[in-house]
Amino acid sequence: MFKKATTSLNKTLLTGFVTLFSSNMFAAWGDLNMTEGVTAISKEVFDLHMLIFWICVVIGLVVFGIMFYSMFAFTKKKNPSPASFHENTKLELAWTVVPFLILVFMAIPASNTLTKIYDDTEGDINIQVVGYQWKWQYKYLEDDIDFFSNLTTDWDEIYNKTPKGEFYLEEVDEAVVIPVGKKIRFLITANDVIHSWWMPDFAIKQDAIPGFINTAWTIVDEPGIYRGKCTELCGKNHGFMPVVVKVVTQDEYDAWVQDKKDAAFRMAELTEKDWSVAELTERGEGIYLKNCVACHQVNGQGITGIFPNLAGSDVVLNDKARNIEILMEGVQGAAMQSFANQLSEVDMASVITYTRQAWGNAENGDGEIVVPKDIVEYKKPKV
Amino acid sequence: MSAVIESHNHDDHHHGPAKGLTRWLYTTNHKDIGTLYLWFSFAMFLIGGAMAMVIRAELFQPGMQIVEPEFYNQMLTLHGLIMVFGAVMPAFVGLANWLVPMMVGAPDMALPRMNNLSFWILPFAFFILLSSLFMEGGAPNFGWTFYAPLSTTYAPPSVTFFIFAVHIMGASSIMGSINVIVTIMNMRAPGMTLMKMPLFVWSWLITAYLLIAVMPVLAGAVTMMLMDIHFGTSFFNAAGGGDPVLFQHIFWFFGHPEVYIMILPAFGIASHIIETFSRKQLFGYASMVWAMASIAILSFVVWAHHMFTVGLPLAAELFFMWATMLIAVPTGVKVFNWVTTMFKGSITYETPMLFAIAFVVLFTIGGFSGLMLAITPADFQYHDTYFVVAHFHYVLVPGSIFSIMAAVYYWIPKWTGNMYDERLGKLHFWLSFIGVNVTFFPQHWIGLAGMPRRIPDYALQFADWNMISSVGAFLFGASQILFLFIVVKTVMGGKKATPEVWEGSRGLEWTVESPAPYHTFTTPPKVS
Amino acid sequence: MNEGSKKTIKTLCFAVLGMFTFSFALVPLYNVFCEVTGLNGKIELRATNDKNIEVDDGRDISIQFVSHNNEEMPWTFRPSEDNIQIQTGKYHTATFYVKNTTNKRMVAQAIPSVAPSNAAAHLKKLECFCFEQQELAPGEEALLPVRLIFDDELPSSINSVVLSYTIFDVTDYNDVEFTQHHNDDHHADHEMEPSI
Repeated sequence: MFKKATTSLNKTLLTGFVTLFSSNMFAAWGDLNMTEGVTAISKEVFDLHMLIFWICVVIGLVVFGIMFYSMFAFTKKKNPSPASFHENTKLELAWTVVPFLILVFMAIPASNTLTKIYDDTEGDINIQVVGYQWKWQYKYLEDDIDFFSNLTTDWDEIYNKTPKGEFYLEEVDEAVVIPVGKKIRFLITANDVIHSWWMPDFAIKQDAIPGFINTAWTIVDEPGIYRGKCTELCGKNHGFMPVVVKVVTQDEYDAWVQDKKDAAFRMAELTEKDWSVAELTERGEGIYLKNCVACHQVNGQGITGIFPNLAGSDVVLNDKARNIEILMEGVQGAAMQSFANQLSEVDMASVITYTRQAWGNAENGDGEIVVPKDIVEYKKPKV
Repeated sequence: MSAVIESHNHDDHHHGPAKGLTRWLYTTNHKDIGTLYLWFSFAMFLIGGAMAMVIRAELFQPGMQIVEPEFYNQMLTLHGLIMVFGAVMPAFVGLANWLVPMMVGAPDMALPRMNNLSFWILPFAFFILLSSLFMEGGAPNFGWTFYAPLSTTYAPPSVTFFIFAVHIMGASSIMGSINVIVTIMNMRAPGMTLMKMPLFVWSWLITAYLLIAVMPVLAGAVTMMLMDIHFGTSFFNAAGGGDPVLFQHIFWFFGHPEVYIMILPAFGIASHIIETFSRKQLFGYASMVWAMASIAILSFVVWAHHMFTVGLPLAAELFFMWATMLIAVPTGVKVFNWVTTMFKGSITYETPMLFAIAFVVLFTIGGFSGLMLAITPADFQYHDTYFVVAHFHYVLVPGSIFSIMAAVYYWIPKWTGNMYDERLGKLHFWLSFIGVNVTFFPQHWIGLAGMPRRIPDYALQFADWNMISSVGAFLFGASQILFLFIVVKTVMGGKKATPEVWEGSRGLEWTVESPAPYHTFTTPPKVS
Repeated sequence: MNEGSKKTIKTLCFAVLGMFTFSFALVPLYNVFCEVTGLNGKIELRATNDKNIEVDDGRDISIQFVSHNNEEMPWTFRPSEDNIQIQTGKYHTATFYVKNTTNKRMVAQAIPSVAPSNAAAHLKKLECFCFEQQELAPGEEALLPVRLIFDDELPSSINSVVLSYTIFDVTDYNDVEFTQHHNDDHHADHEMEPSI
């Protein structure tokens, strides 16, 4: 009976395997290897990777070849009298020295490439990269451009409520933009815990360590959009803070820089303008969905005991001053951080106004809204 | 547990084991304690394995289906801690307890009462660790490598219990190592010089010295964490003049020797089994000893290869790259010696031999990916991706774990007096072999393609291989239930084993009856 | 138990204690090793007492200043100049602008970091706002100086250096009773006050 069971077990296993291996996974061969990337360094790294890989394959074939041969040729049946040799100093020396020489052969190109990577001089463009829980901040030091880069994949996609987009978990609201052919230097640090900035297509990975600065540089040969990841466990949303770099022509880059500067100017104008409640609320909703929903939820109700309920909260309904203070300074001893450095005055006013209007708060509270000028006022020294 | 027979071959009178459950609580007998360690490690293996099933179930498809990201981080942290400190290390200690005294012709370990303590603090420690799942803030969620400041300033309250548990586990390992070293150095039968010792004994002698050297450093690291968290120091806090990277240096100074601690006894086991089933003396005994010693010494000077991306100076990166590559030399020597032992041998393929051969092949594959990781500029693309996960799972699962399974199949007839069911053993082997490869081989590809580690969800291009990996994991996990069944079945009965058990076996443990008498070698044997 | 065993046990226990002490010794040893080998990315948090490091024939290097507020610490903090050209072997004074934009008194600690790391050993400072904690009243602002020099031994391969300062809010560390916030701090998912 056991014999029968084994045979049908074998059959099941075999069928399972055939099904598994005949699926379209073999179409994915192209995704099975490291990227060659788009820089001279990334191509050198790829070549190094392949060199070491093939050396290992050859060694493996030789060693396993001898082993498998022994397994078949020297079974007890075929070779009932085993040999008796059990040492050979010359052989031991040989297979100590030869691998050592192979390693030296590998170490030379590896050391060369590493030295090139460490050849760290001034860049044409210097970008400070700061890892936050759970987003990246980029500051272009020459042009005074400063923005955050947040994941834009909807949480509904993540929780399987809506279908996943093409760049699921790899898309952001603001990508890093750099020109081709110029030397870009990244100055990497972190705001809280250790993160790590990885761009596979540039073969750059440097840890972002709070209080310390690390550098990396690249010169990209081909325009395109390149996607990377955070590669150091940094808390709950470590998997949700991608890196996106857009490499463009010099002209496109210059236009982008100008655009950013104009936007800063436009933002100043926006701060001065008179906003209607509807305008603020509409703008605020977008900001809320990007920045607040992870904790306070779409319905504003938070999670009992962990993240406060904003719908019907006393502060949101009746205490405009405290409401602003919380957003601007965070809450000591709690998870609520200050958003003063992340949101412009316009965005700050919009999101606070949104929370004061949404979920029935407009009817139940004092009806006070927050305008950008209120935030400007808050930032003035209070002496 | 074992069917104990009162031995009539000794002069001294010994009582058999005590009766009842308190036997296990108070025992100072190395065989009993070995059994306790082995059962404990099996239980931890299943618990850690269950956590792996949660991880692989969540990774089966893109999107969050089973758990929340914060709980996922707790699973991956506990999975690592339990497998390293609860499954692999205690299993090797259990094997040491059962085998080292018999192999050197000693009646027991040097410090039998400390031996008991070494074991019993372990369930206590793991109870604390596992109970943290139910604490406010949840269990530790910062990875088994617990880098600061994620594990200090940003840690949940359970971190303090984690530190306490680690201290206890460390104490257990240190006490166990003291016992092993003193036993081997001072209680060998007359005539057994160091260079006549079985290789498993050598592997444990070296491992024990490594443990003595580095477990206290881990204790130092977690004590510094404790001080940063509760006593206002700034070892790892930049604001106070400290450095998060210092944590990594201290941790990996422990961490790298630790991974050799987890493989050296496996090397010893492989040597015994391959020698027996090739019916041919192990090739190059002296080289095998020197290779293990070289690996152990080198393991102290390579730690920063876990830190290639933190911003070390070029000179340091070059040094650690070269030193790490060098370890391939003595490791290679061992592989060549095993193969040469089989060459022109007279081989049969019982279950222990199947596991031992798979160990050699698959551990070597893990070694190749290790060599690739050693190449610093390439490591910039591998670090913290699934390529690393694939590497260490290859050396730990078909490496350490397979060697432990091989050891169980090989020595269980000596421990219980019963042969295990050979067909079931082979089935367990094949299911595990297939499972392990289907689970971990694709992870090389996923890592190269760009998937980071320690993430609960991933971009769509990683979906197909993650699904396959998860299927392999479920297969491997299920197969271990079969292993449990096989072990229990063997303990309860089976074909009676001879003292020699295996044709071609060598060593003192095969000169005593099966099951081994409760007290063996109360009079030391003569060794030629 | 024979004498040999007792001796081995004693030795091993000393070894264990020794290694535990060694792990704590690693903390200062880390710094000593860095200084001796020059493989040091860390900067001294105290004034140099090196005399005779000034020279007249130094070479030109460029310094990039970078600033960051750790954990969104709500001060304004930026270098007065982002990029300067100086000479090795000559002192230079740079300033950083700070302002406490809140309505509470606060204390900050600035932590410097240099890239490339092998430039750090050659950076000496006579004066630096990072040597002490800086306290500002609500709304107070200041121009904080750092008087620095790169000695002439700076490797010739280094032509540009990044000097980064991160400021940390250490106000709580100054309170008489040390309040342990850390486990309740940002981003830990556990209970906080249910109402604001």
